[in-house]
Amino acid sequence: MANLLDVRNLHVSYRGRKGDNPVVKGISFSLGQERLGIVGESGSGKSTIGRALLKLLPTANITAERMQFGETNLLTCREKEMLQVRGRRMSMILQDPKFSLNPVHRVGDQVAEAYRIHSGASRGAAKQRTLEMLEAVQIRDPERVFSLYPHEVSGGMGQRVMIAMMLIPEPELIIADEPTSALDVTVRMQVLKILNDLVISKGIGLIMISHDLNLVRNFCDRVLVMRSGEFVEERQARDLKNAEHPYTRGLLAAQPHIGGDRRPLPVLSRSQTIKVATVEGTP
Amino acid sequence: MSNLVLTERRNGPVVMAARRFAAVIGELLANPTAAFGVIVIAILLLTALLAPVLASHDPNVVDLGNALGRPSSLHWFGTDELGRDVYSRLVYGSRISLTFIFIVSIIVGPVGLLVGTTAGYFGGWCDTVMMRITDIFLSFPSLILALAFVAALGAGLENAIIAIALTAWPPIARLARAETLTFRGADYIAASRMQGASPLRIIVKSIMPMCLPSVLVRITLSMATVILTAAGLGFLGLGAQPPLPEWGAMMATGRRYMLDNWWLVAFPGGAILLVSLAFNLLGDGLRDVLDPKQK
Amino acid sequence: MSAIEIEDLSISLGIGVHAKRILGGVNFSVDKGESFGLVGESGSGKSTVLRCIARLLNAWDGRIAINNKAVRDTPQDEYCRTVQMVFQDPYGSLHPRQSIQTALQEPLRIQRMDRHQERMEQALIEVGLTPAFLQRYPHELSGGQRQRVAIARALILDPSVLLLDEPTSALDVSVQAEVLNLLSELRARKGLTYLLVSHDLAVIDHMCDRLAVMQHGRIVEILDRAVLSTGRATDPYARELIRASVEYDQAV
Repeated sequence: MANLLDVRNLHVSYRGRKGDNPVVKGISFSLGQERLGIVGESGSGKSTIGRALLKLLPTANITAERMQFGETNLLTCREKEMLQVRGRRMSMILQDPKFSLNPVHRVGDQVAEAYRIHSGASRGAAKQRTLEMLEAVQIRDPERVFSLYPHEVSGGMGQRVMIAMMLIPEPELIIADEPTSALDVTVRMQVLKILNDLVISKGIGLIMISHDLNLVRNFCDRVLVMRSGEFVEERQARDLKNAEHPYTRGLLAAQPHIGGDRRPLPVLSRSQTIKVATVEGTP
Repeated sequence: MSNLVLTERRNGPVVMAARRFAAVIGELLANPTAAFGVIVIAILLLTALLAPVLASHDPNVVDLGNALGRPSSLHWFGTDELGRDVYSRLVYGSRISLTFIFIVSIIVGPVGLLVGTTAGYFGGWCDTVMMRITDIFLSFPSLILALAFVAALGAGLENAIIAIALTAWPPIARLARAETLTFRGADYIAASRMQGASPLRIIVKSIMPMCLPSVLVRITLSMATVILTAAGLGFLGLGAQPPLPEWGAMMATGRRYMLDNWWLVAFPGGAILLVSLAFNLLGDGLRDVLDPKQK
Repeated sequence: MSAIEIEDLSISLGIGVHAKRILGGVNFSVDKGESFGLVGESGSGKSTVLRCIARLLNAWDGRIAINNKAVRDTPQDEYCRTVQMVFQDPYGSLHPRQSIQTALQEPLRIQRMDRHQERMEQALIEVGLTPAFLQRYPHELSGGQRQRVAIARALILDPSVLLLDEPTSALDVSVQAEVLNLLSELRARKGLTYLLVSHDLAVIDHMCDRLAVMQHGRIVEILDRAVLSTGRATDPYARELIRASVEYDQAV
């Protein structure tokens, strides 16, 4: 299986007044037509990876040995070539549709625009395709929703519109950055299932970035755990309970569960100099 | 993302404020246009402070035999129609400009802040009444309004300052109100209310400090207009009265002899331009530095 | 004895035909020393109930009583020393320009209490921080540390009832664990009564004895914690909510 994406030794840093501030410190991974999850807490650098791949970080310093997306070398790609990649071959679904949809344009127009930019189709054809896509994300009333504004749609529906918008140009790879964090629990499962079905049926590669280990474990094939800019563990999702790295085990143990006992939750030791975290239970 | 400061800090609020001030100046100097603003205003301040030292002649000494002299090594900027040294008058005139700026800021800042924050915090009829009063002041062009006030109060430096201050406070009040509306719903305000803090305490201790950066920027930008309005009033003979070396008044009297004696108008005009521009650039630079979104 | 008693709490905005009901006939009570959860999705009104009890919202109908005394009849000072609140966003609940010392000293000053330094240091130690934190500013602290300071601030007036509005939703899992442990420990030690609002049933299950499920401004069912594991709620929405949460949770 040819790899869709091949990243080796990626470094991302920001230039601050007191020197370089490294955010991603030499990570490597590859992605085929599978669902890959990248899990980490805030500040781990996971969101930066997605944006670095799409070269959406103008002020950052991005270096790598290899950043190959199909036939395109993302490292040496100029902005003009990136315009062909972004949206058309690689897209990103963001966290909160309230902020990722333009509030002054109708929802349907935005999706249609995404289609027209990458295919040059006419307005009528774009609208037709948009309606088809809205149906594919299980919006029951595509005609009505087409003419709504972002503030008139609920969170779950907004996110489904985002999915439609990002999938309509038929990309090869989708990066989902916390796609369900802003949604209620009952809606979350629905949206994830839709995304899942579409990704599998169209053979799209998926990178799911999240802080939620449960989410990633349920919906991805493979999981990468990230801490302070580095990957500390890679595992098949179904095998996650056998995680070896103390940090991963710590994350798994720290999550409260329904039906769990009420003893104090195990807590990660907060030492910043030691790379390996230790797990200690409070008495 | 956090950077824990592991050292213990025992500095009082004054040292902290001084450090912050120095940090702001440093950031401003890193920006070329803002640096220009800072430097020009620093020069203005020094000139006003050291006027007796920097002036080459007494600004009020009349020497009719030397009237309308060209710029020379003795009189760097030439002499005016009464033989007074233009350069020295310019230097002493900086004191008057600075007085305008300083007193207007002292009046306008607190008044605008108080009106704006109170209107924004309480809302309801308090807000409506205060904002309609503000609107009345805002709807007049500032020079016309200042003219009207001076005409009512009489010509003179003090009255001109009051008149300009009365026209400069409304934008500050509007701005403070807008900022207050944003901060009023914050959780820390709710926490203060739950502790039993009175509205006055909340406004002064919690809301005003948050409005301060925007208000400071706005006041700085207003100073550019204040300089021009003061010069305008002076030009019309309604501001500082002769023989005070106010820059606008200097341009008014110089206008009569302008065609053959360009230095009478060019130098005061240039000074007004420079200082007004400097405040504009400083205000822009301050906005970039103080903008909390960039932190 | 009931620490919190809510009777027929309602809020309605607008008049006549266009009236929008924010809360409709909310009824529940919380015993002294109990930890009670309020669950619901966004827009269910759970945070609104908290704000009514906190007296941040005053346009409600019905009856709210704390320690058997009607909230509307209680003088301000007495109320501040009885009921306090911990807010959701650690980045928004501390004043960005005030030091931790100021944040902790303000309530002491307003309520004219004595021994400021001693109380502040004690408050910080109780939440697992050190007195050195008094000199710091919020932007120098991590999310977990800010939330601890917020808890210290809430407890410094020695209340008996603590309202918690999604106190850990904005925190990472590992930090959430620390804060939840802290909250459990404080409740045990001080005999506090908790009213905890959350959308996360796992957190509610860990922290609370009983809970009320809210939807569209109404309580649809009041449950015992045990029902979360069995899933045998009576109300269909409550059942659906529990089912979705369990599916998401995948208890090990």
